[in-house]
Amino acid sequence: MNFDLSDEQKMLAEQARGLLGERSTPDRLRSLIDAGAEWDESLWREIAEMGFLGAAIDEAHGGLGMTELDLGVINEELGRANAALPFFSSIVLAADAIQLAGSEAQKAAWLPKLASGEAIGTFAYAEGAGGWNGPALKAVLDGGTLSGTKTPVADGGIATVAVVLVQSGGRPALAVVDLDQAGVIRTKLDSFDQLRAHYALSFEGVAAQLLDGPQAASAIERLFDRAAVQAAFEAVGGTDACLVMARDYALERAMFGRPLASYQAIKHKLAEIAVALELARSNAYFGAWAAGESADDLPIAASAARLSAITAFEKGARENLQVHGGIGYTYEANCHFYYRRERTLAISLGNREAWADRLIAHLPGSQVKAA
Amino acid sequence: MDFNDTPEEAAFRAEARAWLEANAPAHEIPEGVKLDDADEVARGKAWQRALYDGGFAGITLPKVLGGRGGTVIEGVVFAEEESRYRLPKGPYVGIGLGMAIPVIGKHGNDEQRARFIDRTLKGELTWCQLFSEPSAGSDLANLRTKAVKDGDDWIVNGQKVWSSWAHESDWGILVVRTDASVPKHKGMSFFVVDMTTPGVDVRPIKQISGASDFNETFLTDVRIPDANRIGAVGEGWACCMTVLMGERLGSGSSKSAMAPILDYAAATPRGTGTALDSSAVRLSLADALAEERGGKYFEARLRTMVSRGENPGALAGMVKLAYAGRQQRALGLAMEIRGPEALAPSADDATTRELQYEYIWSTVMRIAGGADEVLKNQIAERVLGMPGDVRFDKNVPFDQL
Repeated sequence: MNFDLSDEQKMLAEQARGLLGERSTPDRLRSLIDAGAEWDESLWREIAEMGFLGAAIDEAHGGLGMTELDLGVINEELGRANAALPFFSSIVLAADAIQLAGSEAQKAAWLPKLASGEAIGTFAYAEGAGGWNGPALKAVLDGGTLSGTKTPVADGGIATVAVVLVQSGGRPALAVVDLDQAGVIRTKLDSFDQLRAHYALSFEGVAAQLLDGPQAASAIERLFDRAAVQAAFEAVGGTDACLVMARDYALERAMFGRPLASYQAIKHKLAEIAVALELARSNAYFGAWAAGESADDLPIAASAARLSAITAFEKGARENLQVHGGIGYTYEANCHFYYRRERTLAISLGNREAWADRLIAHLPGSQVKAA
Repeated sequence: MDFNDTPEEAAFRAEARAWLEANAPAHEIPEGVKLDDADEVARGKAWQRALYDGGFAGITLPKVLGGRGGTVIEGVVFAEEESRYRLPKGPYVGIGLGMAIPVIGKHGNDEQRARFIDRTLKGELTWCQLFSEPSAGSDLANLRTKAVKDGDDWIVNGQKVWSSWAHESDWGILVVRTDASVPKHKGMSFFVVDMTTPGVDVRPIKQISGASDFNETFLTDVRIPDANRIGAVGEGWACCMTVLMGERLGSGSSKSAMAPILDYAAATPRGTGTALDSSAVRLSLADALAEERGGKYFEARLRTMVSRGENPGALAGMVKLAYAGRQQRALGLAMEIRGPEALAPSADDATTRELQYEYIWSTVMRIAGGADEVLKNQIAERVLGMPGDVRFDKNVPFDQL
């Protein structure tokens, strides 16, 4: 029993934190928003060179073959920096979907390009307000032809390949589609998160392949579970950043003749965030461990990681701004990056209600049907 | 990171499991059986003696103090295996093992260690904690019970409160004021007291639950030999810190407090189904369960720290802080889920009565062993590095406060 990161993982975290702390500064994020940029393209090349994109892709397909926990370490740092990168879309979702569901030929075709950063992937699951489960799913793959509209799709403007959740033969399935082809219509949406652009992607009878590897049948659930764990790591990084930011501001701000940080109202607020953060981090660790070592535990571990991460980041992002007071509401302060990213992470891939259902449904002896 | 046992841990678990299979069933208290306090303590002592004879008493206690000298993780493994049985393990045993032995081991002299540690490990001595007072709770150092030197003895006068199981304890660990002319943290000393000493008067407190888990203990001209002083005169606060450190790190029982509440919701009819068909119920319970799991894995992280010789400090308070609030919320919610039936259950509904009792008890957990507010201060100050509170008692002699 050893429940801590290894020395190598701690070094990986330091390396990622160092690079992102230098390159993905709040001023850099502001300049990207001001320029209307959808991502930090030069930073993407840098993290590709450091091997981060291929961290969890197997070595046979151009990656480093590291574990879900290593990937989590990277995602925590991306969350801390609130980086403007399509890492979650391309690596955590698209590449993992192809790894989980793809045939050998499909993996060979896409994974090396995703690992090198040459291709950027996204995962198109949502279909507007109607949900994407069961009969609500309207995008159809029929004989290698994809039709339907997916919206919103994160990083849909810069992605070159999408994994799409479709109906195929009356069942939900995953299809891979090259986005650089006629009949793919990209419409930019007004994205709540200014550092993660969302698009509507319409497919008007375009060529697509069913991901049809040997594990395809169970891949959708596993993809969502594994991504939920990684989203938890990203939220943990964001929460930690909010906590440090609020603490530092409270220490330097004086009020009524003493530091803001000396008031119990502030101390207790931040202590509560610290507790929520450590509980969420602990669930994320177990989720990553289960994703690699204990598949039976994954649905519960992923749901718990997801729920506690939402709780922690929600508290962190909101109370960080609150502790800053009026200055926190300005564009020049840095609270808003996290305030928006928090909602993105809380709502993408299913909200709290959906993950609560999944947790309850997978308890031993549960009478509640799986969602 | 690895959640599985190492080969050494697996071997220890197998040894513990085999021993428990052979020895634990005879000591179990069947479900639903309620013993009177004296009987429960007698059973607790007998089980502790069995643990001692089996070599499983004081697993993490160093060998020089008479323990097994095992690792922190071995202590957890044994507690996990032991928690599979319904054994008589209460504060009457726990206070001796978790508080008296550590403080005597660290601050006592050789003669005191020889007198008390082995007999406590054997279950021959049970202990209670005589710390809190009517005006000294979270601010423990405000205590007023005083001891005055009289030849080779000390004469103690005062009142202690919240002393669990004091009515069935052989000995007490006691902190008192020995010098009121110095600031409050500096004027305290620490003793062990034989509870049969004349002048020790233990009276049960009638609690809001109707039960009397706690006592108030009046000390009137109680004569304690100087040989029963633990540590130097004035070292009382350091002794208290040693005791309270032991209170903060949990034992590692693997039981979920949320599982019975989920079962209860699943057994509560709602329309044609159960309460768990309600999405609002599922959401609330799942949030609490996720938090509980986070606490469990956080404890695992803390144990990893301890097993490496690192001190988790105020981080350890996070587990209890989260647990106590969650218990109260979840139990209150369970009553809501049950509906009016939870207000006045039928005679055969033992589960709901138990739940009502647990709900009332849950409020104790938010106060005892570090109140919510104290723990939040500690986390803010020691984990986050925020300033201490403004205080008016620092460096002021106690008798001038």
